[in-house]
Amino acid sequence: MEGLPHQIVAGIATGGIYASVALALVMIYQATHHVNFAQGEMATFSTFIALSLIQAGFPYWIAFVLTVVISFALGVAIERLLMRPVQNAPVLTHVGVFIGLLLIVGNATGWVFGYTTKVFPSPFESEGLLFGGLVSGHELGSTVVTLAVLLLVYLFFRHTPLGLAMRAAAYNPVSSRLVGIRVGWMLALGWGLAAAVGAVAGMMVAPVVFLDPTMMLGILLYAFAGALLGGIDNPMGAVIGGFAVGVLENLAGAYVVGTELKLTVALAIIIGVLVVKPSGLFGRVVLSRV
Amino acid sequence: MAALLEAEGLTAGYGQTAVLHGIDFAVEERGVSALLGANGAGKTTTLRAVSGMVRTGGALRLAGDRIDGLATEEIARRGVAHVPDGRGTFMELTVEENMRLGAYTRRDKAGVEADFERVFGYFPRLKQRFKQQAGTLSGGEQQMLAISRALVLRPRLLLLDEPSFGLAPLVVQEIFSIMRRIREEQGVSILLVEQNASLALDFADRAYLLETGRIVVSGPAADIRQDESIRRSYLGY
Repeated sequence: MEGLPHQIVAGIATGGIYASVALALVMIYQATHHVNFAQGEMATFSTFIALSLIQAGFPYWIAFVLTVVISFALGVAIERLLMRPVQNAPVLTHVGVFIGLLLIVGNATGWVFGYTTKVFPSPFESEGLLFGGLVSGHELGSTVVTLAVLLLVYLFFRHTPLGLAMRAAAYNPVSSRLVGIRVGWMLALGWGLAAAVGAVAGMMVAPVVFLDPTMMLGILLYAFAGALLGGIDNPMGAVIGGFAVGVLENLAGAYVVGTELKLTVALAIIIGVLVVKPSGLFGRVVLSRV
Repeated sequence: MAALLEAEGLTAGYGQTAVLHGIDFAVEERGVSALLGANGAGKTTTLRAVSGMVRTGGALRLAGDRIDGLATEEIARRGVAHVPDGRGTFMELTVEENMRLGAYTRRDKAGVEADFERVFGYFPRLKQRFKQQAGTLSGGEQQMLAISRALVLRPRLLLLDEPSFGLAPLVVQEIFSIMRRIREEQGVSILLVEQNASLALDFADRAYLLETGRIVVSGPAADIRQDESIRRSYLGY
């Protein structure tokens, strides 16, 4: 069991990535009650944009910010152009659109940027190993970045009028319109935010797993497991679930099932949660009197 | 008195089904108009038509400007606050968040805080429950919250859909006596839908009696209240 502390720390670092993607999934789930299968592919596309910007000579953090902004705009555009026309359509239409989006974004990524695996730089790599080999510079840096993103999103939703309006629009669109909230734009903003959060996750994970068009496929599964574990209708739960899955996966990979079967852990968690506690660990039961 | 809201030949329906077949009515500035009628007469649909929640025909004017065809949120932004049937509570959010949403379109922070205090003056219980999840409120408290949420929008026109629905008679009396105060003190115009005709006729200046999507009787509330034949044949008391 030597190296256990490092395995846990590394698990927290990847868990932060899962937590971010899980949060992006939950944000769209709360507004539409569907899981956006294309969330991972959108993040991969964003990461390729970041790589192109860096290769074009932009400094890392400028490219980072630009990528977040562009991803936000793309997320808004997807909602306006693809989701809005089918907003009143039946469930299967939505599932169809999400699967189509998954295929289109995934293949567009390969078509535009190529299918070869690429190295993505980390701004924290130069730090090397810190705290006596406990944590690498990138693990620490990416954890700080993801925690900062999660905190910002939390503060936005909890403490700003716009964040409150977005939550209201997701819970109760009819009443939201009656108090003057432009619900359609709130949904679009939600898509933009989810895409931006996913983009950060993509840029943070790419130095570890290398960048290719299918980079986020496995990560989306872990994130989905995390979201379900924590409760798909509870953003905070999904974030905690994401971190838990990260640590669990890393420990299981190191000591129990080996790295080849790590993804199985995610699938086992998904099935386990759905069988034992479908609402997840923190899934909220909303009280209501009539 | 000038009419704040005017409907002319208003039609509305759901899908292929027409519910309103061209009705005319008005709400005077600072006045209260009541829509009465049996279940299915089209009362709730009329309110939904004013708020742009259903497809409409004919003309709707708010202070002279056409509002038919506008989106619901744009009509709300023009000062029409709608307390819908079922109260429209944001169950998952707290009482405070519900009220903040009511004031969402306003930018005058100080004015909003002052209006919160004013509303607590009408409904002290909401102040006690300020941080509580709204879904845990009783029916009467949710109705108070719905009215408060509408009031903090600082509406010119308040649309009230059966505020007495599902509430104990004592609670209904309490809510209507507060509504009277609100009407006098806030100078807001009200379009009221109510099953309880005697309650509504006491509260309103004008009344319209709806039957299967048409207005069959209209006039000053006092006249309708005294007309025994109308009362017997339509209002059943």
